Amino acid sequence: MGQNRYQSWGRYPKAEQTVLKMLWRHEPIPSSDGATGSILPFGNGRSYGDSCLNDGGTLIDTRSLDRFIHFDPEQGILRCEAGVLLSDIVELIVPRGWFLPVTPATQYVTIGGAIANDIHGKNHHRSGTFGCHVSAFELLRSDGSRMLCSEIENPEWFSATIGGLGLTGVITWVEILLKPIMSPHVLEETIRFANLDEFFSISEESDTTFEYTVAWIDCTAKGERLGRGLFRRANHGAASLRGRRSTKYTAQVLPIVPSALLVNRISLRAVNSLYYRNQIQARRTRTKHFESFFYPLDAVGRWNRMYGSRGFLQYQCVLPHSDGASALREMLEAVAASGLGSFLAALKLFGDKESPGLMSFPRPGVTLALDFPNKPKARDLLDSLDEITRTAGGAVYPAKDARMSPKSYQVYFPKWEEFARYIDPRCSSSFWRRVTGPAE
Amino acid sequence: MRKLMIIGASSAIAEATARLFAMDGDRMFLVGRDSARLEAIADDLRVRGAAQVATAIMDATDDDLHAGVVEQAIAEMDGLDTVLIAHGTMPDQATTERSVDAARAVIETNLFSVVSLLTLVANYMEQQREGLIAVISSVAGDRGRKSNYTYGSSKAAVSAYLQGLRNRLQTAGVHVVTIKPGLVDTPMMARFADKNFLYAQPARIAKGIRRAINRKRNVVYLPAFWRPIMFVVRALPESLFKRLNY
Repeated sequence: MGQNRYQSWGRYPKAEQTVLKMLWRHEPIPSSDGATGSILPFGNGRSYGDSCLNDGGTLIDTRSLDRFIHFDPEQGILRCEAGVLLSDIVELIVPRGWFLPVTPATQYVTIGGAIANDIHGKNHHRSGTFGCHVSAFELLRSDGSRMLCSEIENPEWFSATIGGLGLTGVITWVEILLKPIMSPHVLEETIRFANLDEFFSISEESDTTFEYTVAWIDCTAKGERLGRGLFRRANHGAASLRGRRSTKYTAQVLPIVPSALLVNRISLRAVNSLYYRNQIQARRTRTKHFESFFYPLDAVGRWNRMYGSRGFLQYQCVLPHSDGASALREMLEAVAASGLGSFLAALKLFGDKESPGLMSFPRPGVTLALDFPNKPKARDLLDSLDEITRTAGGAVYPAKDARMSPKSYQVYFPKWEEFARYIDPRCSSSFWRRVTGPAE
Repeated sequence: MRKLMIIGASSAIAEATARLFAMDGDRMFLVGRDSARLEAIADDLRVRGAAQVATAIMDATDDDLHAGVVEQAIAEMDGLDTVLIAHGTMPDQATTERSVDAARAVIETNLFSVVSLLTLVANYMEQQREGLIAVISSVAGDRGRKSNYTYGSSKAAVSAYLQGLRNRLQTAGVHVVTIKPGLVDTPMMARFADKNFLYAQPARIAKGIRRAINRKRNVVYLPAFWRPIMFVVRALPESLFKRLNY
């Protein structure tokens, strides 16, 4: 643990900050003697870029706010403190027949972070973002005032804080509405697809009958094979699966890798091709424990170390439906041509359920997520991807960003000035200073 | 199902331990100084599965209140079979060297309040001929050293007291567990800025405490690697030890 904990998941950029732990939800935001610098709430550090960092300032570590407050197993309503991890929630609710309404691909995020980033999951086409299922929370401002926020009470603060990147104050507790499930298992179907057109047709067909859909694509493939991959779709299991013995994975931690040597052109091509060919059948159906379906990478522990000490860059964009397909094709061509590739390229259609969040990232369209070793060449590539995204009228996900320009950000999030009015006078982040700073 | 009373229930180690017992469905009686903190913990333990959680506000150094609180615990839970004493204070050593009052306050909190509570609890359990008493002492009590010997001596006395109590209650079927944590990442240790690899998280200590209670261990070091370390520390001859600077 130690200082190591206070970095972002991409391990880039590095930041120096004072850390103060917040231990009790009803007590004031901790402050050190005479501190005047900016503060930023910090959860579990799973944001990839600099939205969870506050270089030169203070982080308010909220992980100790990890208490449950109330759970109604009849109605599926859970109230807990903001630093509770989704993994703790899942452990509590799954045996009682409930599940998270929306979950990201890791369960090691705090619920406060889930709101601050208005996270999404494989069921976005059905359920929207996490913020759609938040019934209320308390917002603690640096002046000591507290606001109960919901769609009815302080709705403008509710809206600004969902997707507000922790800048509106400290969320102390949260109440969410859970989803009933009959079994801890999911029925997953994996379908191989040969190119982007097939992806779009399988997606459209699946989104009406499957609660969870996502595709992995081989981003080293070019030409006719461009956009080939595996499409995963799943529904929660029926009651008959209830008694099945759960096959839980054991968490392993990736040992420290000295450099990014392991991630190169050859290994990328090999891994991507092998992954694609791993499945011989065109279609495969399996029953999986929910953990191995939703959180496969959690089993690898600190997989972010794979990219070495320089860290890595994530790029997740959404391209609106109008010309999403052609922009996506252009993007994948640029990625394949660069030879930089990505181990974890994910593709999914977002639905049109609107989030209450003012600054929420998801919008109807197709979303693509890629990761790259942190090299100058990758940064150039991402700048060119940003041009495509801007032209297409899309956006890039702040929770995963460490490098987009102020110009790009302000095009992606045109309401940023309206949002800025809700920022707590003492709150700031490395991300916010970067994307609202002077254009280069 | 245990009927567990915890003194110092809002300490980080006690809270983490209570969560584990809550998941076992135990009944608990939490004692601490701050009612809002206790209520936050009590709500959490109820959600996590505790069969019953009641609380009482008490400053452990106010020994006039001890008997009443123990009676209240017995009444609330309809009995008492397990007690965890987890309160304590870690003073700034230099302050206790300048001020006898500061040193006395440490002894009052870490030793005398424990003796007072143990007297009540031990007599009760001896009479019912059943029960378990677990007390958080410290590795610092294994040998005095210049950086924290006021704290260390209060814990040394607790450890010795528990040895004798264990010996006495053995025939009554009452068990005494001495818990000696090493460095733990808790608010009590907040002023030590550099948390190195020797620091353990409270959740890890809590698992050790539950295991020690369930298995009726006598003396546990938590994490266990402190046992060989403290063996060596205790074995060093005083002529050498007094020259050390740590």
